[in-house]
Amino acid sequence: MPLDQEIEFTLNGGPRRVAVNPEMSALTMLRETLGLTGTKYGCGEGECGACTVLLDGRPVNACLLFAVDCDGRELVTIEGLASDPVAGRVQQAFVEYGAVQCGFCTPGFVMQAKTLVERHLGADRNAIARGIEGNLCRCTGYRKIIDAIASVASAK
Amino acid sequence: MPQSKAGRVAFEPLLLGLRRIPELHGVARDGDSLRIGALVTMTELMESALVRAHCPILVEAADQFASDQVRNVATIGGNVCNASPAGDTLVPLLALDAEVELVAKPNGLLTGRRVPIGEFFKGPGKTLRARHEIVAALRVPIGVPGRFMRFFKLGSRPALDISAISIGVCARRDAGVLSEVRVAFGAVAPVPLRGRATEAALEGRQLTEAVIETAAAAARDEVHPIDDFRASAWYRREMVHNMLKKVLADAT
Ligand SMILES: Cc1cc2nc3c(=O)[nH]c(=O)nc-3n(C[C@H](O)[C@H](O)[C@H](O)COP(=O)(O)OP(=O)(O)OC[C@H]3O[C@@H](n4cnc5c(N)ncnc54)[C@H](O)[C@@H]3O)c2cc1C
Ligand code: FES
Ligand code: FES
Repeated sequence: MPLDQEIEFTLNGGPRRVAVNPEMSALTMLRETLGLTGTKYGCGEGECGACTVLLDGRPVNACLLFAVDCDGRELVTIEGLASDPVAGRVQQAFVEYGAVQCGFCTPGFVMQAKTLVERHLGADRNAIARGIEGNLCRCTGYRKIIDAIASVASAK
Repeated sequence: MPQSKAGRVAFEPLLLGLRRIPELHGVARDGDSLRIGALVTMTELMESALVRAHCPILVEAADQFASDQVRNVATIGGNVCNASPAGDTLVPLLALDAEVELVAKPNGLLTGRRVPIGEFFKGPGKTLRARHEIVAALRVPIGVPGRFMRFFKLGSRPALDISAISIGVCARRDAGVLSEVRVAFGAVAPVPLRGRATEAALEGRQLTEAVIETAAAAARDEVHPIDDFRASAWYRREMVHNMLKKVLADAT
């Protein structure tokens, strides 16, 4: 049994210190050690994007990230976007456009959509579709998700 | 991490984090070469002004790599060490005549060596890298400006797909005549492959329809793909032929 490793990082704006197993993923740390279950486990291998979090401002798959590799970095999860204005508009648009059915993929999509809006792609549907290539949805068929993101990206 | 969970690769008793070594980060010009740090991610390749100016073929490969989330973490050094025959940066690196810069610190003393990328791969997942070595950087010679460069990846869908075949072409173009031609293929052999016969069919020639057909036929004959769940060997050969024609048509 490998010894736990003590790490320190910024989580959703505040300092966090936690002991993690060196083989643990950041996703397991978030969900099981820290109790932040908004970040979802879909596939565990980088295919579905349900586990998308922001690492130093960039979206990454938490299931592919070692927890120990968060040391000294800045992590934002869907819980951390509760008072983020861009994410708030994205959430609202997802509701208005019916871009949520079962909702399992939604936290990952909202994380990714927020960064797409902030990259100023505008309402270019192809660019948005490419931007969400790493997020799978088994329910909606994507059209309404793209509509929702486009509506936020084009409103300035 | 997925490879460990699937039991294909065991975790070593010692895990080594490379992220805090500054020499492994960043892209810089070093004389006549670009030195691309092993930890440069696909996203950083796409954003680097130096890479965009001198190796646009690497930008094309990075752009078609996996997904945004994966591009933000996948490193070029990891792609090279992973040594998948379908590794998407390997084909451009072969076409660019890159070198792998390896470093080790066997007994407190830092030693290094450089290996041409064409000699680095020994089989799927196997490289010349010794256990105690790490890849520090990829070095790409800066060629004459305005060379033709193209990367083509064939998959069944645009995103998150491993290449069924891929093709990389780099060449000088003077008044329609190609020279210093490099052609590389991915996913058609146990290692990413230089297409020497294809190159010979193009070197010093004007790209007429007949020359393109001869080169594409040479390519079909020199690749030796396997059948797997992504594509049959026959399909891969045909696609190497047809897609090389398409790539070369863009060079005319
Ligand atoms: C969902 C998904 C999609 C993918 N899509 C693609 C794709 O489209 N195209 C493609 O080519 N690949 C793809 N891959 C494979 C993988 O992402 C790439 O090979 C990536 O470049 C690996 O980089 P990494 O930094 O994550 O390396 P790691 O996975 O961290 O490392 C790979 C191996 O190399 C070793 N290693 C890493 N860096 C060094 C170094 N500097 N020196 C010595 N050893 C080192 C590690 O110990 C490990 O054994 C995909 C993977 C996933 C999970
Ligand atoms: S759970 Fe991480 S990508 Fe699917
Ligand atoms: S709403 Fe069910 S997976 Fe997307």
